[in-house]
Amino acid sequence: MQRSFDIAVIGGGVVGLAILRRFAMAGLSAVLLERGADILSGASKGNSALLHTGFDAPAGSLELACMQAGYAEYIAIRDRLNLPLVKSSALVVAWSEEEGSKLGGIVAKAHANGVADVRHVAREELLRIEPQLSPAAKAAVLVPGEHIIDAWSAPLAYAHQALAHGAVILRHAEVTGGEFVNGVWTLAGKAGPVTARVVINAAGNFGDLVEAIARPSPFTITPRRGQFVVFDKPASQLVHTIILPVPAERTKGVVLFRTAFGNLAIGPTAEDVTEREVAATDTATLEKLKSRALEMVPALQGIGVNAIYAGLRPATEHKDYVIEALPGRGWITVGGIRSTGLTASLGIAQHAAGLYVTHFGALPNPVEPIWTPVPNLTEVRPRPYMQGGEIVCHCEWVTRGEIERALEGPLPAGDLGGLKRRTRAMMGRCQGFNCSAHVEAIFREKIHGAA
Amino acid sequence: MERRDAIIIGGGPAGLSAARRFSELGIAATVLEREQQAGGVPRHCGHLGFGWQSHRRIWTGPRFAAQLRADSAALDVRAGHTVLGIDGDILRVQNARGIHEMAAGKILLATGTRETPRAPRFVGGSRPRGVMTTGALQANIYLQNFAPFARPVIIGTELVSFSAILTCRHLCIRPVAMIEAKDRISAPRPGDLVAQFVYGVPVWTRTKLIAIEGRSQVEAVEIEREGSHERVACDGVIFTGEWVPEASLLVNRPKVTLAGNVHGALKTSGACWREGRAIAEKMAGELA
Repeated sequence: MQRSFDIAVIGGGVVGLAILRRFAMAGLSAVLLERGADILSGASKGNSALLHTGFDAPAGSLELACMQAGYAEYIAIRDRLNLPLVKSSALVVAWSEEEGSKLGGIVAKAHANGVADVRHVAREELLRIEPQLSPAAKAAVLVPGEHIIDAWSAPLAYAHQALAHGAVILRHAEVTGGEFVNGVWTLAGKAGPVTARVVINAAGNFGDLVEAIARPSPFTITPRRGQFVVFDKPASQLVHTIILPVPAERTKGVVLFRTAFGNLAIGPTAEDVTEREVAATDTATLEKLKSRALEMVPALQGIGVNAIYAGLRPATEHKDYVIEALPGRGWITVGGIRSTGLTASLGIAQHAAGLYVTHFGALPNPVEPIWTPVPNLTEVRPRPYMQGGEIVCHCEWVTRGEIERALEGPLPAGDLGGLKRRTRAMMGRCQGFNCSAHVEAIFREKIHGAA
Repeated sequence: MERRDAIIIGGGPAGLSAARRFSELGIAATVLEREQQAGGVPRHCGHLGFGWQSHRRIWTGPRFAAQLRADSAALDVRAGHTVLGIDGDILRVQNARGIHEMAAGKILLATGTRETPRAPRFVGGSRPRGVMTTGALQANIYLQNFAPFARPVIIGTELVSFSAILTCRHLCIRPVAMIEAKDRISAPRPGDLVAQFVYGVPVWTRTKLIAIEGRSQVEAVEIEREGSHERVACDGVIFTGEWVPEASLLVNRPKVTLAGNVHGALKTSGACWREGRAIAEKMAGELA
């Protein structure tokens, strides 16, 4: 196995994968080291899968710049990677007179951020756009550019494109230390030593621990837990846009949104936790989320809950992302990428490539891009079952062929979670009552060769 | 477009017995079954207790399912056919070759029922492996010969919860306990005594599951027992019962007749079989 690279990216979340893709496509040899059994095992596993315009991001922030660059690149490449875009737009809904008084400021900020089509919407128009919304709504701000994407297929596509350009992805490859000698990093860890001229820390919820390999970390991660409740598919008929709250000081607040897979979800909460890895849910919070959804859309009453989940976002004491190069240390820090990371990832990758050019050398001439379209899991593009085949997961109409393909190729699912994220098998209303034994048997047979 | 007098969605006990009755009455009926094999839930209930009401025999579930398939061998039963949606009298049907439409004079929905899994019960904690419903457990054990855990806890005390104990015993899995939030078990007594003294599984009533712990596999559950919280070591959680109809095809309120466990209180496979026959007879009268 190749052990020596130009670039080593630590962390196989959406940010690390977008960075890997960018450097691999620029012609550098690049490796990615992921501690989990599969990519997207950490912060990228549980988010709200929204493509943000940056209308409410801090003015002049790196976060805003990366979001807007990332948004533009996603739109530019998505067709060639077969990635969905569910055009939904968003409404920032005021539920009190006090919140209503803040809407003008939100519009002004959006315009200052360059999101020119954001506008105020009076109550009458709001309820025309969203007739199922509770009449308690006062007014809103319409953000036409906010959309819904598939949070797992996008980074999977970035991974595949990176692999097609010669990158290497190592899983079960936790990095435990490293030494920088004569301009070369030697990283130690579970996958054995790997050397690289430049290391990029995209370790998400472990970012400060990984940063300590290079220097005392200038940031501390306090994982921020976000819990979600996902309603069954009929719920998605009730709401068309993404319903955002008027933001509080600390977070964007609880959002009601359709998913790219035809569900309706509410979340995330924002709870500071110490646990970096396991995102747990709790009954009281889930009940509260469900009640909040029913308050906002009373017609949700009686529609079943399909899934509950929680994610951990890598929050730090800093308001903005921490992205910087350490010249002379062969290191680029990409830390504190919170809920906007999915949107911003491609922009962050562009920015990281810029830092590389400034501090570590020119990029080779890029080769002709190889496009690696990923299987589509959403109803907005054709899905495999439409062409026939044996449906194994009956709630989400996942075929045997899709499951088998997800377990083959250069980046087969590393665990059942990875298989779910690649296919949606077992993620529907029955949560595996019908198919889980069958799907898991296919998994065991393909991965372990056991019948 | 192919048109049939009657289309039955679901090839379990209710659907197959209805098809047979339709055929006896001279009505052209088709059964559409989404699995690769008809027979329904009894296919993965490996213990005895099936067949008495229909065949005056006592069989295991798979044996009963095989008999139902044999009884309908001459009928038009199409396995591997998923009904994606119903619009008036038109069904959108998916199979190995793609999607096509069929028209039906009458539609009988016999899609059965499923247990409530963890998510809608809002049981908190982490998401380790080893959490499943009885149905999934049975499919693991009887269809895949795979033991997903060794010492699970069983949530619920309905009849199916006792089926979970029997299913576990098939691969020498020893449940730690059965947990029931109410004052007494849901199944008829002395089910609790049988569980405790015949199968060695203690039944804890007035006990609520709060959360599941574990990183890759379940490591413990947190329970609330008569007001106090306890941590019980285990490596699996079986959510049993709390049946919900498999009724997603009813979303747009199509004009269909229901048979079997897709409606009403939970029925045995024998009762579903009898209901399928009776309802087919009634529908045949309407078709004539």
